[in-house]
Amino acid sequence: MLKGLFKKGTVDQRFEVIRFAVAIFLAIVMAFILILLVSKEPFEALGYLFLGPISKFRKFGNVIETAIPLTFLGLSVSIMFSANQFNMGSSGALFIGGTIAAIVGLVLPLPFGIHPIVAMLAAGVVGGLLTSIPAIVKLKWGASELVSSLMLNFVALNLGLYLILNHFRDLTAGSLSSLPLLETVLLPTLVSGTRIHFGLIIVIIMVILAWLFLAKTKWGYALRMTGMNINFAKYSGISTAAVVLYSQFIGGFLAGMGGAVEIIGMYDRFKWQFMPSYAFDGVIVAVLAKKNPLYVPIAAVLLAYIRVGADTMSVNSDVSYEMISIIQGFIIIMIAANAFLKQYRQRMVVKEATQHD
Amino acid sequence: MSLRILFNLCLLTKQGETMQEIVKMENILKVYPNGIVANQSVNFSIVEGEIHALVGENGAGKSTLMKILFGIEQFTDGKILLNGQEVKFNNPQEAIKHGIGMVHQHFMLVPSLTVAENVVLGDEPRKAGGLLDINRAIKETQDIADRYHFDINPKMKVEDCSVGTKQKIEILKALFHGAKVLILDEPTAVLTPQETTELFKELMLLKEKGHTIVFISHKLNEVKEISNRITIMRAGKDVGTYHTDKVSKEDISNLMVGREVIWDLEKTKAKPKDVTVRVENITLVNEHKRRLLDDVSFSLRQGEILGVVGVEGNGQRELVDVLTGLQRVSAGKIAIMNENTDKFSIRQIRDLGLSHIPEDRMTLGVAEFASIEDNLLSIYFDKKDFLNGPFLKLKEINVWAKEKVKDYTVKTGSEKSPVKMLSGGNIQKVVVAREFSNNPKIIVADQPTRGIDVGAAQFIHKKLIELRDNGSAVLLVSADLTEVMDLSDSLIVFYNGKIVAYFEDASKLTEMELGLYMLGLKSQTEEEVRRCVYA
Repeated sequence: MLKGLFKKGTVDQRFEVIRFAVAIFLAIVMAFILILLVSKEPFEALGYLFLGPISKFRKFGNVIETAIPLTFLGLSVSIMFSANQFNMGSSGALFIGGTIAAIVGLVLPLPFGIHPIVAMLAAGVVGGLLTSIPAIVKLKWGASELVSSLMLNFVALNLGLYLILNHFRDLTAGSLSSLPLLETVLLPTLVSGTRIHFGLIIVIIMVILAWLFLAKTKWGYALRMTGMNINFAKYSGISTAAVVLYSQFIGGFLAGMGGAVEIIGMYDRFKWQFMPSYAFDGVIVAVLAKKNPLYVPIAAVLLAYIRVGADTMSVNSDVSYEMISIIQGFIIIMIAANAFLKQYRQRMVVKEATQHD
Repeated sequence: MSLRILFNLCLLTKQGETMQEIVKMENILKVYPNGIVANQSVNFSIVEGEIHALVGENGAGKSTLMKILFGIEQFTDGKILLNGQEVKFNNPQEAIKHGIGMVHQHFMLVPSLTVAENVVLGDEPRKAGGLLDINRAIKETQDIADRYHFDINPKMKVEDCSVGTKQKIEILKALFHGAKVLILDEPTAVLTPQETTELFKELMLLKEKGHTIVFISHKLNEVKEISNRITIMRAGKDVGTYHTDKVSKEDISNLMVGREVIWDLEKTKAKPKDVTVRVENITLVNEHKRRLLDDVSFSLRQGEILGVVGVEGNGQRELVDVLTGLQRVSAGKIAIMNENTDKFSIRQIRDLGLSHIPEDRMTLGVAEFASIEDNLLSIYFDKKDFLNGPFLKLKEINVWAKEKVKDYTVKTGSEKSPVKMLSGGNIQKVVVAREFSNNPKIIVADQPTRGIDVGAAQFIHKKLIELRDNGSAVLLVSADLTEVMDLSDSLIVFYNGKIVAYFEDASKLTEMELGLYMLGLKSQTEEEVRRCVYA
């Protein structure tokens, strides 16, 4: 059956599956070797790494919880990269989105049900405005969105911290955090025994909406064509300036919303003191998912699994968390590298191309 | 350096023998990474001191074969023998070291440098301290030019040179780097008839001096005129090598295409009606204050094909750009369907009924990684028929795309395949299918058949005439003189950004006469040129 499945699809699709599998396999081998080198009890450590996330129901819950913001970030980057706009502002939008949601959760007394929606939308809009700045600067003066968005992340981070720490800080709390949010804004837990919250439903809806937008609407079409060849899009009469702008707004909107969902889903107050460690993982998720919104949650879960496994391993064994970053980096390089297994692909192509005669 | 000397020594020792096979390519297979088989079991050999023509349709694999010989592409399987020794060139530098030179269709010169600087680039004569010895460079360039009777000024900047001169510089460059075997890829495609005659004289001289020349072409007249032997390629394979005087033009063309070729285009006389495009005194100045278009006026009428000819770089491309909205004019006025389009976006111009076949289809005409369907859709995606609110009616679009693929005989397994998997001719058919499907009132066709096979080219020619007969106005820009002369009803000639001649009846012209105007050797009076402006 596997063989039958294999026959279908183009050389490229088959090749992608093989390359993905080989990349993961090599990464596991690499992880194994590294752990053998640094650990006194390597097999135990490996067990924690690969089986830790499914050892307990609560642990698997952690995977899903971690995957939720990763999915938002992955969608955000996927949409911007599909338009060939290398905006790195997703992390800034996530942070400012979380801040805005917390403020809405503190100052706006709204009924249950409406309150989180307002918080998420407000966070999305502010996130979108943030990532629109590089777009506007690019359209007006031709500045690279890559550089300006990276710089803006610092603005977002410090603006968020300023707002919380100077205006909404809980001085009685032991650590740096905001006052407790109103109960009405918090997202309810979805699965008891875990912290999986209502945000899971929201993120699934957003995945579907993002996919519909990109694959089925006229705006998504214009966005994809602009991303694939902006000269062709211009020549066809597509308003590429509009695409440059709305692709980056939507990207920021999704990341901002992700920040909101994380704050009102996982916490009862704003507790970020610096940029969350996963804030830049949107790029990894988008690359793994090949910018397809439907693959984004899968890539996010995969990454979340590795992260939770690494956590479990570093807590329970003598292998440090840094080791896992090295292994992750290796997986990403393997998958992102286009020329990887090029020789093998060429042989596949030659075989396919010449077998007709 | 030492290799080159060694190689030349080899040549000297073998000069006594006649008909020495200098290059032999055996069973060459080339599969590109996108799966296209460009060459398959190709055998090709050239003997010392001959002019060997390599002919075939566009996409037959001629250029690929020569790129393999020159080290730009690597073969997938096969063998190359150079003077009986097996060789494999990983890059052009290695091929050059072994005495092989190539002149590409698109010149690879540095425009801001002088002729001499370009010729010596890569192997410069140096002063002590490593600095370029410019005087020696000029002298050495002049020496080679004199030896081969090339009329050239080594101190001139390349950007100021004509296309014909640029080609000479390319040839000199190859000779300077020690080329004994010289590959010319469609050298006459960009030349006027006069320049072609001059090139052929130079090639004959090169041959006399012992050089071996591979001449890639699909112009059979030229092949018959200049070559000793011919190798014909079709669909990636070689279909034989012949002595030129033993095959007729008809034999060659039948072998090239694999069927009888009907060369005649059926075309009735044009019945021009209303003016659709009115161009009044337009000027386009670039950032260096050069006038790319200089006070150009003409009218384009319904039901006629107006040909635009000129040596490349004389304003034709810029004319297309300003008409289609890709660029704005510096002065003057363009009216399309009686609307002043000065401030119109590309979209607004297209909405007036203008279609555009761009010169460079890979840059403008398609998004190569997108599917055929998506490429067909790019000017229709937000039309009412295909929309349901903001949602695309994907089923209807798919049915429509299938129909277009069938109507325009695009050879593909599926309309969902990416365009990059198609051959050049089929990519152009995708472009044409899109641009012709909305009953265009005006068609700007810029090099509509460049680099595509005869079948696809004939198909596009027929379509253009059909659209003309249905009342479209066609502006045809082409460097292929045969094409413009066959298709056009009237002709305008560009030289230096100006219209220098207008011929109301294109059928009465000869290529030679046209060449005189294209080279700026002849021009009509202002009143004669003004005739192309209609009320």
